[in-house]
Amino acid sequence: MNNDPIISVRELSKRFGSFVAVDRITFDVARGEIFGFLGANGAGKTTAMRMLCGLSYPTSGSGTVAGFDVMRQGEQIKRRIGYMSQRFSLYDDLTVLENIRLYGGIYGLTRREILRRAVTLLDRLQFRREADTLVGSLPLGWKQKLAFSVATLHRPEVVFLDEPTGGVDPVTRRQFWELIYEAAAEGTTVFVTTHYMDEAEYCSRVSIMVDGQVRALGAPAELKRQFAAGSMDEVFRTLARGAKRTE
Amino acid sequence: MRTLCVLLEKEFRQFLRNPFLPKMVVIFPLMIMFVIPWVTTMDVRHIGVSVVDNDLTTASRRLIQKIDASDYFTLGSVTKDFGSSLTQIEAGDADVIVEIPDGFERSIAAGAPEKVSITANGVNALKGSLGTQYMVQTVMQTLAELRGEEGLPAAADLVVVENRYNPTLEYRNYMIPALMIMLLIMICGFLPALNLVGEKEKGTIEQINVTPVSRLTFTLAKLIPYWIIGLVVLAFVMLIARAVYGLAPAGSVGAIYLAAVLFILTMSGLGVAIANRSETMQQAMFVMFFFVMIFVLMSGLMTPIESMPAWAQWITRFLPPCYFVEIMRSVYLKGSLIAELWTNYALLGVFAALFNTLTAVTYRKQA
Repeated sequence: MNNDPIISVRELSKRFGSFVAVDRITFDVARGEIFGFLGANGAGKTTAMRMLCGLSYPTSGSGTVAGFDVMRQGEQIKRRIGYMSQRFSLYDDLTVLENIRLYGGIYGLTRREILRRAVTLLDRLQFRREADTLVGSLPLGWKQKLAFSVATLHRPEVVFLDEPTGGVDPVTRRQFWELIYEAAAEGTTVFVTTHYMDEAEYCSRVSIMVDGQVRALGAPAELKRQFAAGSMDEVFRTLARGAKRTE
Repeated sequence: MRTLCVLLEKEFRQFLRNPFLPKMVVIFPLMIMFVIPWVTTMDVRHIGVSVVDNDLTTASRRLIQKIDASDYFTLGSVTKDFGSSLTQIEAGDADVIVEIPDGFERSIAAGAPEKVSITANGVNALKGSLGTQYMVQTVMQTLAELRGEEGLPAAADLVVVENRYNPTLEYRNYMIPALMIMLLIMICGFLPALNLVGEKEKGTIEQINVTPVSRLTFTLAKLIPYWIIGLVVLAFVMLIARAVYGLAPAGSVGAIYLAAVLFILTMSGLGVAIANRSETMQQAMFVMFFFVMIFVLMSGLMTPIESMPAWAQWITRFLPPCYFVEIMRSVYLKGSLIAELWTNYALLGVFAALFNTLTAVTYRKQA
């Protein structure tokens, strides 16, 4: 087992004109962790995540994901990660199975392998009967679970989830986290942003971003001790109160 | 290669499942081919004529009959004074006035005909100019006949006009190849652009950008479907032209297809490049329209390039449709060979390469 951190970020920044969206953030994520990436709206979480996924070039600083440089080796990184964006981004006008086949094919899985994994995936989600349903007609919670499963179909080393449970009911949210735990148990590192502080408690470690900077970093229990707070919710509110940036 | 197949399968499924696009790709060519050739005619017919007959002789009546018998003219009224004819022009009942002078018949017999005067309403410039031209021909013809009957030698300086390749000067034959080109511009330029910006607006392209799909593969997957659709549509409209208007290419179908293959690549390359640089549908459509308007109006589709000012002719050299228009018309009407038009083919090829390089370069997975 490789003990190097799977994600390693040093002084990473992104500026849009005079606006500093991400301000010299530094942190490591170990293999197999569920890393909670918290922060208020507009704190710079999505921008930071897009840099790590090779969708956006950093303005300065450095970072590696799965051993590849975020500045120069975006395409190598893309082979090894899964990504689920804030917006639902599977194809609404393709069926569940067609979406699975498409992404399986893109990541170079063989036809037989795709089929095998599709069956496992559909069984786990109890989606068997929906295999030929157009994705657009599924309820939101189902879509999110499907999007997660498709994002991890090729067994990435790390999966990035951008507010995966936004707008999802509590029961489905619970089921979603079970999927996250299963993926983590299989060795996939999970990098997740969320606004739900109960979810933050499920993470092995969290960071909290305020105004583009990482203001707190550690296991939920440590942070609660550090901020003398009873819950992650309190920790978050203590930090977010000092934010200058609003939406 | 496998990735490309997977992506192409996706594109075709989405296309066929779209409630609107497949219908549009069938109905649009039908509309264009069945309706437009009838309405874009530049042949002017039914020109309203008012005759002022100051002569009232057999000769003047012969001329009037001749005008009445012609398909091009609709004889309105025969009056005795110019003023009332002019009123008819003002009222819009007549386009052309023919005034036959007093002593017209006598002067023919004398060998020095009095001048027939023709007055036209120039508000509709085309109708006015063609109306006077036709009228001059009709008067000349009548004069020649009358002189022949009098036993006088026919005027020797009558001009003989023969139009080669489009013998009846049928404007429709000139327009149909142009309409085919317009169809290809619309279908192969707009549809890929719409498709790609659509993916941007829905956010699905971001999911693709985070996969290892290469830019070239993704771009090809956007271009190839419209390339195939364009070639099928072309076959379809060529069959319609043949069946409905009896217009078959005088040259080889291969020559047309070779040019179409290059031209469609150019157009869809342009469409996708514009989409790459656009954030919204409106933006992409507006920029696309800008180019399409210039292509349609400046590339000789409607009006000959030769009659444009020199600076405009210089600009047309940078418009890919110009080369395709020339190929289509030459092959369709004259039966030209690829060898005769090779510079046009070569330039279309250069444009295709250029625009598609542009497409690959403007597509960014990482910004």
